[in-house]
Amino acid sequence: MTAGQLPRWVDYGLMPALNVAAAFLVSGLVVLLIGENPVEAVKVLVWGSLGRNEGIGFTLFYATNFIFTGLAVAIAFHAGLFNIGGEGQAYLGGLGVALACLALDRYVPWWVTLPFAVLGAAAFGAAWAFIPAILQAKRGSHVVITTIMFNFIAASLMVYLLVNLLSKRGSMQPETRTFESGGRLPLLQDVLPGTDFGSAPVNFSFLLALAACLLVWIVVWRTRLGYEIRTFGANPVAAVYAGISPLRITVVTMLMSGGLAGMMAINEIMGSQHRLLIEFVSGYGFVGIAVALMGRAHPVGIVFAAVLFGMLYQGGAELAFEMPTITRDMIVVIQGLVILFAGALEHMFRPALLRIFGVLAARPAPAA
Amino acid sequence: MFETLIFVLDSTARLSTPLLLAALAGLYSERSGIFDIGLEGKMLGAAFAAGTAAALSGSAWTGLGAGILVSVALALVHGFACITNRGNQIVSGVAINFLAMGLTALLGQAWFGQGGRTPSVTGDARFGDVTWPFAAELRDVPVIGGLYSELLSGHNILVYAAFLAVPFSWWVLYRTRFGLRLRAVGENPGAVDTAGISVTWLRYRAVICTGILCGFAGTYLSIGQSASFIANMTAGKGFIALAALIFAKWKPVPVMFACLLFGFLDAVAIRLQGQQVPGIGEVPVQAIQALPYILTVVLLAGFIGKAVPPRAGGTAYVKERS
Repeated sequence: MTAGQLPRWVDYGLMPALNVAAAFLVSGLVVLLIGENPVEAVKVLVWGSLGRNEGIGFTLFYATNFIFTGLAVAIAFHAGLFNIGGEGQAYLGGLGVALACLALDRYVPWWVTLPFAVLGAAAFGAAWAFIPAILQAKRGSHVVITTIMFNFIAASLMVYLLVNLLSKRGSMQPETRTFESGGRLPLLQDVLPGTDFGSAPVNFSFLLALAACLLVWIVVWRTRLGYEIRTFGANPVAAVYAGISPLRITVVTMLMSGGLAGMMAINEIMGSQHRLLIEFVSGYGFVGIAVALMGRAHPVGIVFAAVLFGMLYQGGAELAFEMPTITRDMIVVIQGLVILFAGALEHMFRPALLRIFGVLAARPAPAA
Repeated sequence: MFETLIFVLDSTARLSTPLLLAALAGLYSERSGIFDIGLEGKMLGAAFAAGTAAALSGSAWTGLGAGILVSVALALVHGFACITNRGNQIVSGVAINFLAMGLTALLGQAWFGQGGRTPSVTGDARFGDVTWPFAAELRDVPVIGGLYSELLSGHNILVYAAFLAVPFSWWVLYRTRFGLRLRAVGENPGAVDTAGISVTWLRYRAVICTGILCGFAGTYLSIGQSASFIANMTAGKGFIALAALIFAKWKPVPVMFACLLFGFLDAVAIRLQGQQVPGIGEVPVQAIQALPYILTVVLLAGFIGKAVPPRAGGTAYVKERS
């Protein structure tokens, strides 16, 4: 619309910051509404998430999930696609991880299982994104709607599989057997000497998540494919004119997106739960939307946003303990507000900022 | 056998009602060019407001009013983001869903301390079943008696309202000036603007209609079908309604049939739980539960006709490029 009239630092720094600030301001009002002190709540939250080593460990554990699901949403954004199916893709990714672990855990050490588990997670997640992608590219059915539908189909499918096929013999619990040591990732404190995260489950997958960030950055900004993805996202018509195949870009991007979402299961299943269980994704896929919007779809921004949401998850648990009226549902509220202000109301402050900086620019510049 | 059929059809009517109200709600917004995946959130917000207001006031009608109020407020947030600020309609819908899911659970726990439930209500604070005249007398008449006194009679007033909303919506959309303009603004807002009609105001009215109907849907869930609000009680119904809307190709009467079909599938799934079907064995309930979504995907893929959304759907209207 009226882009390019604001200084870059305002466009990429100040405006997103204002949006996020607005989201947290309204969150504070919600805390006031239920009769608690927002400043106290923030103190408890920050102390709970960063005050102790164990808190930091939990924060990073949750952040690992959000980096994966955030990257998944972000990479699709670059191609102008909105993948709401991270939830279902991560769920299916869990199946891939579990199958690899169940097959190998008794025979080989974890570092042999890991590549297969990663492959399984990415392949199953990507496969679940493939059908919506191909339907969008070939038949024009909107990827938003189909991925929503696929979330529900995934939920039904996984319940069926866990209840009827994968559950332990003689057990009514809809979960697989617990993996042996060959299907368990080491904790981060055992990998990085000199670190101590208490009993927090943060594990090797945190490093995988950081590697995934680097990989996404390289693919999106330093390869021909990434250039094509961004071109297609910015202007599909021009992209076709330049000889870029919409079919190929849509499918490849959605496969990467689904694969990244599936990788989240490595952290949760192989890193922490050590078994496949029902509803282990529990909304992490959706948090990815907020993380990607807040991080402006850039890997560095996503890491920061993921850590912030990790703090909210960990600190939120602490908060629910200290102030019982503020349940963990508060996180869902904040998540909704961040999506609203950083996403849908992205340009709300633009007219005001344009006016302010228009006035500033109209003044004679100091001697240059 | 006949009794089973009546039983399944009876629960079909009950289960279709919230879907029907929500899908018709979505119809207004989407036909005006505003995609709305926030039906779920609006329903949930309305269900909570209705449950709370009914519990506090003891009147079901106050509950309905509160439900509509909250749902319209959420619809206006969607409108403000998508119409005034030209934000992404999908993102805004997602935000509203989370906002409603979080706020209802949070406030429910903070105010009532029952794990996100609102206090149970009885009597006038609920929409009770309406028994039609002579339902008791006709009960024993073969066929007609069952149809009349079980299927037609004995639902609460919101069920009848939902089914009456179908012809009403058809009339509004296809036989009034407002409806013509609403459909036009979803296809070609530029033409509507050229005719001197405000695109913004028209679309705002459309999302308000959506809010009102979602308010009915949510109210039905908490104080019609149940006796209280339960955290996340919509459980994806807003998305099934969305699926029904697409399945019906954005037309009011087909919307009703799509909702009846999805409601029927739900009723059958409940009925078949753990039962042996002759010739097939035990049907996995999950397969039936997933069927609405699978059917919608198949339809969207263009294998059963083609679902073409309103042309201007999903894009904000920009009057002038600067």
